[in-house]
Amino acid sequence: MRHIYAIPELELKANEIRQDIIKMLLEAGSGHSAGPLGLADIFTALYFNVMKHDPENPTWEERDLFLLSNGHCVPVQYATMAHAGYFDKKELLTLRKLGSRLQGHPERTKLPGLETTSGPLGCGLSQAAGMALALRMDKNRSRHVYVVTGDGELNEGNIWEAIMLIGKEKLSNLTAIVDRNNIQIDGPTEMVMPLEDLKAKWEAFGWHVLEVNGNDIEAVIDACAMAKAIVEKPVVILAHTIPGKGVDFMEYDFYWHGVPPNADQAKLALKELRTLKGRIKSEAHD
Amino acid sequence: MTDMHLVDDVRSKDIKSEPIRKGFGLGLLEAGKRDEHVTAACADLTGSTQMNLFRDAFPDRFVEIGIAEQNLVTVGSGMAAMGKIPFVSSYAAFSPGRNWEQIRTTICLNEQPVKIIGSHAGVSVGPDGATHQMLEDLAIMRTLPHMVVLAPCDSVEAEKMTLAMAKDARPNYMRLAREATPIITTADTPFEIGKAYVFRPGQDVTIIATGVMTYQALVAAEILAKDGVQAEVIHVPTIKPLDEKTILTSVGKTGAVVTAEEAQVAGGLGGAVAELLGEQLPTPMQRVGMRDQFGESGEPSQLMEHFNLTATHIALAAHQALARKK
Repeated sequence: MRHIYAIPELELKANEIRQDIIKMLLEAGSGHSAGPLGLADIFTALYFNVMKHDPENPTWEERDLFLLSNGHCVPVQYATMAHAGYFDKKELLTLRKLGSRLQGHPERTKLPGLETTSGPLGCGLSQAAGMALALRMDKNRSRHVYVVTGDGELNEGNIWEAIMLIGKEKLSNLTAIVDRNNIQIDGPTEMVMPLEDLKAKWEAFGWHVLEVNGNDIEAVIDACAMAKAIVEKPVVILAHTIPGKGVDFMEYDFYWHGVPPNADQAKLALKELRTLKGRIKSEAHD
Repeated sequence: MTDMHLVDDVRSKDIKSEPIRKGFGLGLLEAGKRDEHVTAACADLTGSTQMNLFRDAFPDRFVEIGIAEQNLVTVGSGMAAMGKIPFVSSYAAFSPGRNWEQIRTTICLNEQPVKIIGSHAGVSVGPDGATHQMLEDLAIMRTLPHMVVLAPCDSVEAEKMTLAMAKDARPNYMRLAREATPIITTADTPFEIGKAYVFRPGQDVTIIATGVMTYQALVAAEILAKDGVQAEVIHVPTIKPLDEKTILTSVGKTGAVVTAEEAQVAGGLGGAVAELLGEQLPTPMQRVGMRDQFGESGEPSQLMEHFNLTATHIALAAHQALARKK
């Protein structure tokens, strides 16, 4: 029987995942901080509530399919997978090291449980479309495809080719989640390459758009349920997240997009996250 | 030596010609009949690439992607991940010309057995001009780990190759030509991915050819025979992995080599053979093909002549290689 987690339990999980992300990045000495921290709530929602999957049997034929299109955010996926039981948490500290299964960007052939290899941006949604089309050809209605993309990633032409195709094919067995954190390497998204009116753009391509606070686990779970219930159109969830969420000096600052914390910064970040954890716990008991 | 069951006389005026892509269309239809996992997707060139036969027979297993080659191969990757055997086609200039990085990451590194068909390769595309005459595909695909690179010599071989691709567990690239090409093989001619074939035995010089140039190589061998030179002609339908044994055996015997392809010699078949011989059997060698240049508009036969891609040029290159032989 599958355990149904209460929301405070999930919030504590997300907090632990954030702490692991900080530890992994410190040990690796390189990697992206802001995106993974911002995505921790969405990943917790997906792996501990929304998706049908089995860490003991990563190739389970009835599993839902998950693709991380912006592969540079993979520390959050590794940490979440370890917490879900795909592998031992100790392995998280091998991130980006020679011989590790946890490559700097995700590689399907290295680690069971990854559905694809990603890093170069703009390709995940197309692959999700291929999977959703294959399921439709097989008349399989029990499996669902989830794909997380970045917002800066929407600069890529390939992704709009996919948005167009999925709209045309009305692939409602696919849910896209955009990590709308408003930053990319060179600065705020609206300065580097404006994306707004993002909702209108997706709608114009034949999608149904849901907008949520991507750092509210309950809201993310609800949005995913609603996305699955809408069968007339494919659904995209524009998930507004805070980059660097949970670590005060990283929040909203695009500087933290592509760099790891040093030892002092990591210590401070972990202290903040532990304090936050205490707060979640005491609130849960109120 | 194995009988290759080629047509009786390659110089006959009655030799039948057909676009190589026709064989692909027939092969894909047959592959679709044999295996329900075979699917197809095209980027708005379904008729040109001869995918229409499959589309009409299996509409539910065909996806029209529109003019979006990056999406074409990445959708293919997703389908392969689900156990499908996806054939994806466009013109070679666009696929793999435009979408190479997607092929590298989502197909090769990701080890998904997508079957990429690049039609209208080479200067023999003709009047459309340089933009549409893909010449660099062999080079860019050959450098990709896990990728198999194929170029059939006629429509009969293309059909066999397509059926073999459907059973191959690796990512494959097949290059096709637009123009009618003389049919030199028959239903009984052997074909296996990874094998090169001695189409004509000889002992003086080895001519190694691929795609439409294999026919030209056989004609060149007839020209050379009149000069008393016996050329051994090796047809290389699989440029990668290269059948090193067949090539080394022949070159070890003849001591002189010519390669022939309708592509850039840099990184193409000429490059592949030069790499092999440079390391294992340095031999006087001449390469017939495009030399760091683009094509242009013109009739296919004019262009083949203009860019030195005919039997006469192969025979000339053979004499040059022979002159350097010690």
